[in-house]
Amino acid sequence: MQELQIILDDALQCFAAITDAVELENAKARFLGKEGSLTGLLKGLGKLSAEERPAAGARINQIKQQIEAALQVRRDAIQQQVLQSKLAAESLDVTLPGRGLGVGGLHPVTRTLERIETLFHSIGYDVAEGPEIENDFYNFTALNIPEDHPARAMHDTFYIDEKHVLRTHTSPIQIRYMQAHMAKFAHLETMPDVRIIAPGRVYRVDSDATHSPMFHQVEGLWVGERVSFADLKGVIGDFLQNYFESEDMQVRFRPSFFPFTEPSAEMDMSWKGGWLEIGGCGMVHPNVLKHVGIDSEKYIGFAFGMGVERLAMLRYGVNDLRLFFENDVQFLKQFN
Amino acid sequence: MQFSESWLRTLVNPSLTSEELSHLLTMAGLEVEEMKSVAAVFDNVVVAQVLSKDKHPDADRLNVLTVDVGQAEPLTIVCGAGNVTVGMKAPCALVGAKLPGIEIKQAKVRGIASFGMMCSEKELGLAADSEGLMVLDVAATVGQSIREHLDLDDHLITLKLTPNRCDCLSLNGIAREVAALTGASMNALPVAIFNEAGAQTKHVKVGAVSACPRYSGRVIAGVNAKAQTPDWMVKRLQRCGLHSISALVDVTNYVLLEMGQPLHAFDSNKLHGDIEVRFARAGEKLTLLNEQVLDLAEDMLVIADAHNPVALAGVMGGAESAVGEETVDVFLESAFFSPSVIVGKSRRLGFSSDSAYRFERGVDFANTRIALDRATQLIIDICGGTASKVSEVLSALPSRSPVKLRTSRVLRILGVSIESNDIAQILTRLGMVFQREGDIFFVTPPSYRFDIQIEEDLVEEVARVYGYEKIQPVATQAKMNILPRVEAQRPLGKLRQTMVLRDYQEVINYAFVESAWERDLCGNANPIALKNPIASQMSVMRSSLLGGLLASLRTNLARKQPRVRLFEVGGCFAHQDAEYVQEERLAGLAYGSVQAEQWGVPSRNIDFYDVKGDVEALFAPRILSFQAQPHTASHPGRSADIVLNGRVVGCIGELHPQWQQQYDLPLAPVWFEIELTALMQASVPKVTEISRVPPVRRDIAVLIGEDVAAEALLLAMRGVKIPYVVAIELFDLYRGKGVEQGKKSLAFRVLLQDTQKTLAEADIEPSLQKLVDILEKSGAQLRS
Repeated sequence: MQELQIILDDALQCFAAITDAVELENAKARFLGKEGSLTGLLKGLGKLSAEERPAAGARINQIKQQIEAALQVRRDAIQQQVLQSKLAAESLDVTLPGRGLGVGGLHPVTRTLERIETLFHSIGYDVAEGPEIENDFYNFTALNIPEDHPARAMHDTFYIDEKHVLRTHTSPIQIRYMQAHMAKFAHLETMPDVRIIAPGRVYRVDSDATHSPMFHQVEGLWVGERVSFADLKGVIGDFLQNYFESEDMQVRFRPSFFPFTEPSAEMDMSWKGGWLEIGGCGMVHPNVLKHVGIDSEKYIGFAFGMGVERLAMLRYGVNDLRLFFENDVQFLKQFN
Repeated sequence: MQFSESWLRTLVNPSLTSEELSHLLTMAGLEVEEMKSVAAVFDNVVVAQVLSKDKHPDADRLNVLTVDVGQAEPLTIVCGAGNVTVGMKAPCALVGAKLPGIEIKQAKVRGIASFGMMCSEKELGLAADSEGLMVLDVAATVGQSIREHLDLDDHLITLKLTPNRCDCLSLNGIAREVAALTGASMNALPVAIFNEAGAQTKHVKVGAVSACPRYSGRVIAGVNAKAQTPDWMVKRLQRCGLHSISALVDVTNYVLLEMGQPLHAFDSNKLHGDIEVRFARAGEKLTLLNEQVLDLAEDMLVIADAHNPVALAGVMGGAESAVGEETVDVFLESAFFSPSVIVGKSRRLGFSSDSAYRFERGVDFANTRIALDRATQLIIDICGGTASKVSEVLSALPSRSPVKLRTSRVLRILGVSIESNDIAQILTRLGMVFQREGDIFFVTPPSYRFDIQIEEDLVEEVARVYGYEKIQPVATQAKMNILPRVEAQRPLGKLRQTMVLRDYQEVINYAFVESAWERDLCGNANPIALKNPIASQMSVMRSSLLGGLLASLRTNLARKQPRVRLFEVGGCFAHQDAEYVQEERLAGLAYGSVQAEQWGVPSRNIDFYDVKGDVEALFAPRILSFQAQPHTASHPGRSADIVLNGRVVGCIGELHPQWQQQYDLPLAPVWFEIELTALMQASVPKVTEISRVPPVRRDIAVLIGEDVAAEALLLAMRGVKIPYVVAIELFDLYRGKGVEQGKKSLAFRVLLQDTQKTLAEADIEPSLQKLVDILEKSGAQLRS
């Protein structure tokens, strides 16, 4: 039976030395094949006596199983090895740049407007729009700016014809919206509040580093039964603190004049130790409400207007207004 | 309006620092735009008198002076100024003085000890440049601080006044406001009714009484027009931004600044006969003081003599009757012209005048005569002469009817609680006369306020004096409703995001463009033109966003960007009958390689189909149709209308080679433009049953003439409802070997599916045959 041990040792040694799957199968034949050494011993069993045969058979089978097990272990190892080296060969430089289209971006004015709209939307302001070529009535008359009023000189107006201008402010949207609102709710005894912001492009005959002949404004309007100047101060302060994400932001209101508001105020915000003008506001002038058929005794409103580029410049540190309309992608991409 | 703080303080002097005064004005609605010191900071400079002057023994250009500075002993000072004379008075900086940039120390100058420095205006920071010592008035008090002597601690304050506050266009008006805000008392102006000596020598007739409700004038005879304007007056004028011209003109300007009443001085001997205030007659002309020759319009109010108009009332005097050095007799005018008559005139004529600026806003009509007397007195004081009786025409002055003010309304509008008694006090301080019935006031505004017509005007006055700062902000309280959102409408933000994710950068261009862009790119010969464009390249309103996109492309190519993809959302404008319409559009433009240059991907320039894919993505899942259609801006063979549900909603094309060349573009950009309303349309999803069995795919390849659009075949197949067919797509296009010239091979992928059963060949075959029939009817030939 010493012979069996020699075969086993030989097989284990032989398998361990093999690294190739085909070679391993060939080596298997040497021990377990038809001509294999173990097969030879099994054939020789017949020569043994009936008493000896069972023990010897069992012993041979045991060795056979051991060889088969060793073979399987080796097979798995070789397969693993092959897989490993295949995977190793397939590995990538994961640091190479990804491929495909890049991503563009929004214009900073759009970005700013979206932010403003989101903030006001969160306190129930809807967005209203209106045409950029306005007629005299909406741009001036309905806003309590009669013909030849010195206030018309405050607006350096682009004229299209005698009766039409490029709107000088977003305030005409107020008028259009209130008219529509009144028509919609004429049947109700109490009109629901008007609560809108009106963003848009406006035009003034002016052009330098701080003035653009076209720029964006956002107008706000709230008309209802219980609206006061204190509410106006509350909304503006709340907005500016949230827009600039600064709870320390101070807002200052000082008396001013706009034909369409009374009382009127200029809004300043604290900025780098001083005050910076951020827009105009006030309580909607009764004549304006009268123009749209709202009873100014019953309803009171406030309105405000702010320059969108101004807000964007302060928020993002842009120092020249002209950059917004030059459309150099090197500038624009910084807002992506 | 610019004024001198120290002049103001002669009228009202609250115990406030300059900064506090400035803040007070700003917070009361009289915005201080600028406040600057008259002189830089320096000290220890006094009025000195030169007692003796000797040549410096060791320096040709230097003198050794003894100078009286008001101390016990005169000082020895070495001085190099050329204009030194014995007896002159000049500023002297004493040892220890700090001047702008230098500190004065006792020093030896070429061996002689010098105990101070005689100063020029430049050295004191009073002038940018000056020659020699500053020469002081011989009457100056030796030893007095120069700051005091020249009133150098004064500030120049510039107010940015709103158009409603015409009452603050004078020192007196500002003082009145400061008094109201602080409660400080006001010093009355030294004005008394002037006792006329002479007879009335010029009669005045007012034809247009409503345009000129009050006109006062008088002759001052025998004046010396060459008299020197006194220093104090010159200084005040200068500190308010006016130059001294001549004594007569200076006095009228001075009273204008002091009282806000525009005056005009005529050379009485150049006026023929009496004075008439009337509207101009057709054909009349007038040469103004600024030498502008006016063809007078009939709505222009003039002052005329017996022959001709001699002044444009309230705006500017005429050149011919102006006072000059030879003037002996002056006719001095002080009037009240109605704002509505003056308004807009100077703007129409293209200049502004201090007079028109005030009259069109409103001048205190109670002041007309007082101002005339004030000016008369000053002229006689300075130029001598005798004043005649005043000729005055007075008719209905503007009325000041009482305005009702309710305390309850003040509270409701402002959202604060102010007591009626506090309101009463504020009104009183503002010079408002009122009758009070409990919590209701009937307020008569003063003659100098033209901006108090309704209750809200008074509410603002109360708020102003009470202090805007004291009104506490409150958090918004309102009835909350959910704001409606239409789901069948895609928000603009989503469309923009789609463009952004497809690598487009948003731009914003001016809505006014060059007329050439409209003509060339849009074939628009009649764009909406501005009457007063700021520049010729911004003269017409765009009817398309393309011009702006091309301009932005060029900007970026000039800055060496090889690949540019832009989009813009904005209004486009067109005539419509007598009105104008604005259509919001989204436009895009792509230029350069499909993707940014990158490894492992062959570079290829964009073409029509890349951009078409972007357009389709914008509309997805809705299916568009593209119909070949030439466009002025595009290559005629690479241009299409974008059609949605049978309606043209936009266009797409490759830029015409002609414009590509004209705009200097190395490659052709592909652009598109779409109506925003079409893009925003969407539908609320409506779900149908989905199938659990897998679809079957069958491909159909056909040969067809080049003249047949691929889409025509797709539409034909999709247009018929065929059993089990759920999708038909084009997946291959082939030209070349095996396909004869003039034809192309198209391959369609057909997906068939049933919701219940797996399809058998017997189910599929008839459906496919139907598709083949449709294709063959369109001229296609099945490829084997």
